[in-house]
Amino acid sequence: MPRYTFKEFKSDQEVRWCPGCGDHGVLAALQRALPDVTEALGYSKERYVVVSGIGCSSRLPYYMNTYGFHSIHGRATAISTGIKVANPELAVWQACGDGDALAIGGNHFIHAVRRNVDINIILFNNQIYGLTKGQYSPTSRFGAITKTSPYGTVEHPFNPGSLVLGAKGTFFARTLDSELKLTSEIMLSAAKHDGCSVMEVLTNCVIFNDGAHKLIADREFRADRTIVLRHGEKMIFGKNRDKGIMLDGMGLRVVTIGQDGITEDDILVHDAHSENVGIHMMLADMKYPDFPVALGVIRDVKDVTYDDGVRDQVAEVKAKSKIQCVDDLLRSGSTWEVK
Amino acid sequence: MQHKVIDAKDVVIRFAGDSGDGMQLTGSLFADMSAIFGNELSTFPDYPAEIRAPHGTVSGVSGFQVHIGSDHITTPGDFCDMLVAMNPAALKANAKWLKRTAMVLIDSDTFDEDGLKRAGLHNDPITELHIEDRTIIIAPITSLTEESLKDSGLDRKTVNKCKNMFTLGMACFIYNRPMEYIFQYLERKFGKKKPELIEPNKKVLKDGFNYAANIQAIPNTYNIEPAHQPKGLYRNITGNQATAWGLLAASEKSGLPLFCGSYPITPATGILEELAIHKSLGAKTLQAEDEIAGICTAIGAAFAGSLAVTTTSGPGLSLKSEALGLAVMTELPLVIVDVQRAGPSTGIPTKTEQTDLNQALYGRNGECPMVVMAAKSPAGCFDSAFNAAKIALEHMTPVILLTEGFLGNGSEAWRIPSMKDYPKIVPPFAHPNKEYKPFERDPETLVRKWAVPGMAGCEHRVGGLEKNHEGVLSSDPVNHALMVQEREMKVRKVADYIPELEVHGAESGKLLVVGWGGTYGHLLSAVQDAHELGMEVGFAHFDYIKPLPRNTEEIFSHYDKILVCELNSGHFVNYLRAEMPQFNYAQYNKVQGQPFLVQEIVSAIKQNL
Repeated sequence: MPRYTFKEFKSDQEVRWCPGCGDHGVLAALQRALPDVTEALGYSKERYVVVSGIGCSSRLPYYMNTYGFHSIHGRATAISTGIKVANPELAVWQACGDGDALAIGGNHFIHAVRRNVDINIILFNNQIYGLTKGQYSPTSRFGAITKTSPYGTVEHPFNPGSLVLGAKGTFFARTLDSELKLTSEIMLSAAKHDGCSVMEVLTNCVIFNDGAHKLIADREFRADRTIVLRHGEKMIFGKNRDKGIMLDGMGLRVVTIGQDGITEDDILVHDAHSENVGIHMMLADMKYPDFPVALGVIRDVKDVTYDDGVRDQVAEVKAKSKIQCVDDLLRSGSTWEVK
Repeated sequence: MQHKVIDAKDVVIRFAGDSGDGMQLTGSLFADMSAIFGNELSTFPDYPAEIRAPHGTVSGVSGFQVHIGSDHITTPGDFCDMLVAMNPAALKANAKWLKRTAMVLIDSDTFDEDGLKRAGLHNDPITELHIEDRTIIIAPITSLTEESLKDSGLDRKTVNKCKNMFTLGMACFIYNRPMEYIFQYLERKFGKKKPELIEPNKKVLKDGFNYAANIQAIPNTYNIEPAHQPKGLYRNITGNQATAWGLLAASEKSGLPLFCGSYPITPATGILEELAIHKSLGAKTLQAEDEIAGICTAIGAAFAGSLAVTTTSGPGLSLKSEALGLAVMTELPLVIVDVQRAGPSTGIPTKTEQTDLNQALYGRNGECPMVVMAAKSPAGCFDSAFNAAKIALEHMTPVILLTEGFLGNGSEAWRIPSMKDYPKIVPPFAHPNKEYKPFERDPETLVRKWAVPGMAGCEHRVGGLEKNHEGVLSSDPVNHALMVQEREMKVRKVADYIPELEVHGAESGKLLVVGWGGTYGHLLSAVQDAHELGMEVGFAHFDYIKPLPRNTEEIFSHYDKILVCELNSGHFVNYLRAEMPQFNYAQYNKVQGQPFLVQEIVSAIKQNL
């Protein structure tokens, strides 16, 4: 099989996101990740389907030279589910925003996670409605001043990570729009994961919510305010690689290695494959300034997938049933003959 | 004593009781047994929305009407020859449906002070309900059942559940039905799970039969000879079952796997349940998280190359509206089955109506045309569902198939067809590795080609945004106007592929009776009755609403007046007025959550002549 490059995944359509929009980074990461995914999993290009709902990020399928479906607001997850269940051979990727997936499409989102449909959901979280020009979203921080909350919102935001883990999600990862390499790496892990993979990308909307993630994403202090989790590795972070996460009673604590007798041995080792969701939940919930924000694959566990379950059940029933064609069906049960 | 045995051409029997009395089962067993006996039949289940409505009240009465005959039967019958009333409420609710000559069988054990009070009746219900002139058979069914099973060791609750078998036994005697079928049913039903219930139920059934034979109160019994039906293998089938099977047939004939994404809703749920059983035919069913997910998963499955279906009823169709627009815009094949019920909003969920036609035709944003069809009888749902799928797949369009609660739950005997007599379904698939323009159209049909993921070299994007023939986003005004027109014309051109309209009765003259959907049987009977009364009228029934059959205008032009009868306030007649304003239309409408009565239509015909 020929080795694809990112060029084969680029469509001829002009990319129409604003200059400086975080979405450009996600698109680039996906176009770079798919050749690796294709090689790792032995796919061919025509097996990819990229699905989206409505919103700025949902324009993404037009920029991918794959099969694509730009659907309606909030429904991308339901459409992806239908595609994957109808043909489990397809590799389904989904682009959706925080409003699309968590407000109008919240129901489909949690149910796809619950069913563990083998789709890869890229959740662009810029904490704002961009395409409608600046209204608060279900991930906007409490008190956010937007066009529809001129005096500040009075509602609590969703943390997509806890939502996914609460719905018994099997895969959750987080990344930043500017971390191209990390994002591509996460996309490869998501592709390899059998089941519903949710990748939250903290994206910046330069027009309506510029700097929403600035406090953690700025190059100047990113290393101190985020932690990249990798399975099997110690949870160490910081510009000087001297900070770490350890268990403290029922919770987590940030410590400095070399202070108060703390050594590297005290630092937690990340186990993304642990069935126990407790620590994953705590990691997904970590917020600046008390904690670094967790990036990387936070949870990646095996479970049966919905699409396989549906397919296998059809095969099982088919193998056992006396009804093998419609003529059999029509003649099954109570019938009588008129002579 | 000797009962007089009367040969009857047809009889209508209505079983009515509390919603927990098992009347639906009793009625359907009686129907199945009659079907196997060789009678023609039509059934009408009429039950409340509550699973167990307040005990003994009129609102909690569940009825099942069955019309059997030795000749062609097209309706469940307006009025009944026999009413089985398991309690006072059942009698009160159904007294108005008694023929003058009717027989009424009541369970006298339930006609105590409490039972009468719950039904809002007083000491003498027979007089109060003005049915003194009917033959009333008073039988203590509850206590006779208890007596019959006193040595069975069954608890009181279980014994009480057997009283419908006692009633059925009596009905078997009165209508000379062989009970063998019921025995077999009981063995099938309880065989593995509760074998201890087989013998008691059989005993009660036989005791009911013998009781009816021994009492003097029953003046006559009836013979209904088997009908002279065409040779062949027959079965009884409900509309929902036939719909599901028709879709499976289309899946087989197209070679495409069936995918059904649906959310449970009365009275459409039976289709999803039926499809869920038949995984051996490759059907994938997805019980979605809501109605919108039902249609959206189906649209996804259509994009992926399945025969995609979503099933619902009125309120669910409302929820699916936006996604219907997406299916129109992406020009994907999709079948939407709407088993109509009484609305608006939740309305009366278990009652039948034709009030979703406007919604099916117009209920979407933008210029959003799709094919709209209707099924005309329970068994007819098979062909309608097959044809809906065929049109959707071959014309790359969503198709709404309207059925009705009356059809979905109603049943009739059906001569089993052979799949070799059904046409192949050939979707317009694109060719891999050839240049593919997603919205390039066949010049004749205006149908686009279908490229499905997995097909190499045909990668493309579809979506809700307007596009040009190449599939590139376009907000160009001229392109938009062209695409709007082409989508409409594509649907209209389906008229070249559907059967022409047929006329029963007079081929020209003063009046053409017109209907659509599940009113077919009633309208046909009415026109036949009118003919017997010397009124010469024609009758044309529409299975296809958008587009209309090609010869519609020609047929209408032969009559002075077109009388459109429908179970809504005039959706179809107004559609016809808009499509063909040159004709003189009259309308007869009923919006009561109930089917037409044949006699109502006959009167309407009379008034319009």
